[in-house]
Amino acid sequence: MLNVGKIEEGFVLDHIEAGKSLSLYHHLQLDKLDCTVAIIKNARSNKMGKKDILKVECDINMLNLDILAFIDHNITVNVIKDGEIVDKKELVLPKEIKNVIRCKNPRCITSIEQGLPHIFFLADEEKEIYRCKYCEEKYDSKK
Amino acid sequence: MRHLMNPLDFSVEELDKLFELAMDIEKNPEKYADKCAGKKIATCFYEASTRTRLSFEAAMINLGGSVIGFSDANSSSASKGESVSDTIRVISCFADICAMRHPKEGAAMVAASKSSIPVINAGDGGHQHPTQTLTDLLTIRSLKGRLNHFTIGLCGDLKFGRTVHSLINALSRYEDIHFIFISPEELRVPDYITEMLTEKGIPYEEVIKLEDIIDRLDLLYMTRVQRERFFNEEDYVRLKDFYILDKKKMEAAKEDMLILHPLPRVNEISVEVDDDPRAVYFKQVQYGVYVRMALILTLLELV
Repeated sequence: MLNVGKIEEGFVLDHIEAGKSLSLYHHLQLDKLDCTVAIIKNARSNKMGKKDILKVECDINMLNLDILAFIDHNITVNVIKDGEIVDKKELVLPKEIKNVIRCKNPRCITSIEQGLPHIFFLADEEKEIYRCKYCEEKYDSKK
Repeated sequence: MRHLMNPLDFSVEELDKLFELAMDIEKNPEKYADKCAGKKIATCFYEASTRTRLSFEAAMINLGGSVIGFSDANSSSASKGESVSDTIRVISCFADICAMRHPKEGAAMVAASKSSIPVINAGDGGHQHPTQTLTDLLTIRSLKGRLNHFTIGLCGDLKFGRTVHSLINALSRYEDIHFIFISPEELRVPDYITEMLTEKGIPYEEVIKLEDIIDRLDLLYMTRVQRERFFNEEDYVRLKDFYILDKKKMEAAKEDMLILHPLPRVNEISVEVDDDPRAVYFKQVQYGVYVRMALILTLLELV
C-alpha cells in the first residue's frame, strides 16, 4: 500500500475516474504552477473499484476548479486548510470554457484562423450543452 | 460602434425603425442620395457571390458613397495566408464600414472583434446571413403589412441553408408564428434551432412532402440545395432535385400565399411559377438594396 502524506493547504480531488487524473492535471494547468502535486492512479475504491486522486498543495484561491464540473460531475473536491477538510466544494458548470476543448466543426473559423482561442459557452445548463462561440456547433465529446 | 452578426443583434423595436427607414428610402430615394458622400464600404468576399455583394455595392452607391473590396479569396491576401484578424485591421484603415462574406462559420465575428469600423456579416459558411434575413423581413412586412400571425413553410436545404437559420431566429421573436420545416431527412434543420423553438414554446412541424402542407401556408420560403456545402458530390446529386415547386403544386396554395427565395434559384422553383403574382422573389432583391441602405446609414450613425 502506497502512502502519500497529508497536505496543509490545498485541494484533494477524489473519485476521479481511473486514468483521468493526468488529463485533469493539464486542464487545471497544474504544470504551470510551482506547487506540490501528488497524482495517485488506480487507488482502491469501494464505490468505483478503481479511482484516481489528485492532491494539490497550494493557496486555495489559486485554482479555478469550474472546469472540473464540465469534465466530471462526480469528482469530490475537498478543500484543506491547516491539514483538515474545511469545505467540500460544489461543482458548478462554467458559463464559458476557454482553450480546454476544441471545435470539431470543419466549417468553423477556428479550423483555420491561427491564435484564435477556442471558446465554448453554456447553451443549456440542464442538458449540459456547450456550443462553440463562433459557429454555435454543439460540443460532442464522442466525435 | 455596432456590428451586425446575427439578426438578433437588433431588438424588434430597432428592426422596426430600420424597416421604416428602408420604406422611406423606397419612397424618397433622392432624400438619401448624398447621405454617404465621402464614405467607403469595403466588400470583403472570400466566397463567390454576385447578388449580395452587388446589393451592398449598389446600396452604398445609391447613398452617394463609394466601394472598395475583393470578390473572392484568391484575389485577397487570404491566398497568401493572411488571417481574418489581420485583414480587417488593414481594411479598417481604408474604409468606413465593411461587409464580409467568408466560407468559415464565425469569421465575421472574429473580424468584428478586431475591427475599428462596423462589420456586417454578409454570410459565414452555413451559419448566419443576417442581411438576407432583413431583406426577407422587409419583403414580408411591406407586402403583408405585418410580421406576426403567420404559418410559414421553409423548404429545401434546412441544414446548411444559412438564410433559413437566420430567418427562423428572427421570426421567432414575433407573435403567433408557426413553422413548418419541409426537408429530406439528411437536410433537416439543426437541433440547436429546434431546441431554441421548443424552449420558447414556438410550435413547429417537420415534414418531408411539400404537397402535404402547402395549403396551410401563408408564406413559403424555398431554398436551393447548395453544392458548395457538400463534401460529397454523390450526396449533392441525390438531394438537389428533391423539391420542385411548379404550377400544379401552387394550385393547392392559398391565394395570398407569398413565395420567397433568397436566390439564386436553380430548379427548385419552376420558371412557370415566375408569373404567378404570389411569386415575390425578384421583388425581394429590390427590398434587399433598400434594407442594406438603411443598415449602412444606421451603423454609420448617419440617421
